Amino acid sequence: MPNAINIALIPLLPFAGFLLLGLFGKKYFSKTAGLIGTLLLLISCLLAFQTAYEYFFVYGKVNGVYQQFVPLQFVWLQFSKTLSIDMGLMIDPISVVMLVVVTFVSLMVHIYSLGYMKGEARFPVYYSFLGLFSFSMLGLVLATNIFQIYIFWELVGVSSFLLIGFYYEKPSAVAASKKAFIVTRFADLGFLIGILILSYCSNTLSFAELIQRLTTPGSSELQTAAGYSFMGISALTWGAVLVFIGGAGKSAMFPLHIWLPDAMEGPTPVSALIHAATMVVAGVYLVARLFPVFAITTPEVLEGIGWVGAVSAIFAAIIACTQTDIKRVLAYSTMSQIGYMMFALGVSKYGGEEGLGYTASIFHLFTHAMFKALLFLGAGSVIHYVHSNEMKDMGGLRKYLPITHITFLIACLAIAGVPPLAGFFSKEEILLAAYQHNQAIYYIALITSGITAFYMFRLYFNIFWSKPYHPHGEHHGEGVFAMVLPLVLLAAGALFAGFIPFGTLVSSDGKPLESHFHLSFSIAPVALGLAGIFAALVMYKLKNDKPARVSASLGGLYTAAYHKFYIDELYLLITKKVLFNLVGRPAAWFDRNVVDGLVNFTGNVTLSVSEGIKKMQSGKVQQYGIYVLSTVIVLSVLFIYVW
Amino acid sequence: MEPGLYHILFISAALFFIGVYGFFTRRNLITMLMSTELILNSVNLNFIAFNKYLWPGKMDGLFFTVFVIAIAAAEAAVGIAIIINLYRSHQSIDVASAEDLKY
Amino acid sequence: MMSGSTILFYLLAALTLTCGLLSVTTRHIFRAAIYVLFALIGIAGLYFWMEYEFIAAVQIVVYVGGIIVLIIFSIFLTQQAGEKLAKPALNRQLFSALAVFCGFALTLLQVFQHDFKAGTEAAVLPTVANIGNNMLNVSESGYALPFEVISILLLAALVGCIVIALRSKPETK
Repeated sequence: MPNAINIALIPLLPFAGFLLLGLFGKKYFSKTAGLIGTLLLLISCLLAFQTAYEYFFVYGKVNGVYQQFVPLQFVWLQFSKTLSIDMGLMIDPISVVMLVVVTFVSLMVHIYSLGYMKGEARFPVYYSFLGLFSFSMLGLVLATNIFQIYIFWELVGVSSFLLIGFYYEKPSAVAASKKAFIVTRFADLGFLIGILILSYCSNTLSFAELIQRLTTPGSSELQTAAGYSFMGISALTWGAVLVFIGGAGKSAMFPLHIWLPDAMEGPTPVSALIHAATMVVAGVYLVARLFPVFAITTPEVLEGIGWVGAVSAIFAAIIACTQTDIKRVLAYSTMSQIGYMMFALGVSKYGGEEGLGYTASIFHLFTHAMFKALLFLGAGSVIHYVHSNEMKDMGGLRKYLPITHITFLIACLAIAGVPPLAGFFSKEEILLAAYQHNQAIYYIALITSGITAFYMFRLYFNIFWSKPYHPHGEHHGEGVFAMVLPLVLLAAGALFAGFIPFGTLVSSDGKPLESHFHLSFSIAPVALGLAGIFAALVMYKLKNDKPARVSASLGGLYTAAYHKFYIDELYLLITKKVLFNLVGRPAAWFDRNVVDGLVNFTGNVTLSVSEGIKKMQSGKVQQYGIYVLSTVIVLSVLFIYVW
Repeated sequence: MEPGLYHILFISAALFFIGVYGFFTRRNLITMLMSTELILNSVNLNFIAFNKYLWPGKMDGLFFTVFVIAIAAAEAAVGIAIIINLYRSHQSIDVASAEDLKY
Repeated sequence: MMSGSTILFYLLAALTLTCGLLSVTTRHIFRAAIYVLFALIGIAGLYFWMEYEFIAAVQIVVYVGGIIVLIIFSIFLTQQAGEKLAKPALNRQLFSALAVFCGFALTLLQVFQHDFKAGTEAAVLPTVANIGNNMLNVSESGYALPFEVISILLLAALVGCIVIALRSKPETK
């Protein structure tokens, strides 16, 4: 049986770290903050691994099907006898997988930051924010009801805001953190409305009950929900779409992706943790959590999700080919890979073989966390060495950073889908699921995997080969042990995680799914991947003019891709021309003239009346006398004749 | 017709309101004081008339009149003193020039 | 045929009211004082006509001989005797006249509507002996207390006048 205390400790330990370091860090723990944070997260990680082991191999299965356990649940806010917000812990396959992923990557980032952020003035603050983020993400993953996940969703957004804007003296960092928060908040509005619709239709907030009531055909809730519709679309479809919008905002799907590249202003370990491995997959996790509702009740929404994911994947891949800031290349790569996860869910059905996409998506989430975190930490190593993010300042670093070089290469091979690394296995399953259910998306995904290999190796060659490096100034070699250890551990994960038989652990309905390995099917994607690597090798291994010629010949397409297809400019245009002019200005006019005008008017009326009354106090005694006499006469008349 | 209470009351009312008119209209402090004396005298007339016609067995009205006369004398004296003081500070006893309590 | 007392009454009334009216409307201040003097004499005459000789005498001695003389002194002291008084604003005259007329009408209305019952008990003649007996009587209907109070008031008025009219001492360095 699940051990409620152990599981509850997993999010609570980082939270304790947040409180401790946040409140007392500056005074007492300025040197030891990193060690405290890392230690707490180490215990959390070990507990997560223990939970995973026990769940998957000891008690999780009942009659061959993985069950959902709720070891802890309590009422947090009671509104009425039937409506209350609960807090609880839920253990089921995807939450356990996420526990492992989040705690492991967070631990790696904590260890890495011991070296990377050493000497930083606000060192304890940084670790307290990391603790807050870990707590929020773990709470999100363990949520039992849709409102709890929303609460932790917002908390994760806040942590991201705090961490992106960590260097708050930089105006670009402040702008980026604001942008991230505003875009995700805007998406979360949709999420909230979706929550309200879904919980209203199913009369409950809890996931288990919601899913059960909205997916059992003929249930009373479904029948009442069928009666509501808005603009010709049924209420449940709206609810599902709006919930997905919330997930799309957090996962940086097109067109709500604009915040992710800018979020790279934060420190690189933060990018590794939040914007590569954990927070950005929260949207995928949400869709997976509500997957029965999407798959059974609103399959058209699921199809839409698939297309959004596919479009995001290829869109980001094209842009990544043109970017010169290495962190931005990785950011667009993240967006592309999350697109993969999204469309894998989108093409999946519920149950059995049909549910392959679901398994593939979660598998890719798992492996992607490994190699993307590795890529970011490696990039952090490089940036730490050359003190710049731009590719033009790098080149030929393989002699100076050997360990970073090897681990980065492993990660690039993994993401390109070269067997037998982890990425190959997870991508195979995704492509298989797509091929079986939606051929158009399959071809898009195929082309994208070729482009992925190309731009990743463009990045690799530009950093480590290309031109020889002339170190200027004083330079240390590879970073400290704290910065090297996580790279090695994550590389091990990237190498071997692919061999986990994921289908036996995670599937859409809990029953084990055998992963099929079609050799003939794998030829196309592997070939495309190798072709992409070869193209990158030709163009970038030694510095030459081929890239310039190719970009010149592509002309407009290249410029558009370099400027990220002008999406940011479009948003700015809409905001300035439409929102500010049509909504903001009239509202401001109304506020200034009507609201303020009313207040000023009452003031002015009072003033003019008082000016008039003021004349009565003229200082002339005789006038006062006339007033008194007149009043006495009037009152006498009143009293004698009227009353 | 034999003049009785009503005639005297008429006279006293008329004198009273003449005094009030003078009080409101005059711009000179001394003339205001004179109007005040007219008012007081009308009141005295009233008291004596009531005493004679309504309560002949008592002398209250008469004593009231005596005291009112005494008080009027005292008040006139104090008023004159104030007027003289005001003349010294404002160089004029025009009421319009003593509007210090104006807003 | 009207008796002599009736004619006398109307004459005295006419004197009083005319002089009163003139005193509040004339533009010469000295004339105003004289008109008031004659109005007060008219009132004293009315007291005589009502057979209250003591009060008439007090009126002449205190009011006419004391107060009006005091007023005339003050007119001289403030050098007002020569000039013509300023005319009050028409506005002021109108409103005051209006208020006064209304008040007068109201009062008359009330007075003439009321039924004053004449007293029936035996009259106490206001002779000096009676007045003196009642004034200094310490019994129930005596007026000894008001008498003493009035004397204190007169003392206070005396002291107050002197203090107010005292020329302020020059500042000593």
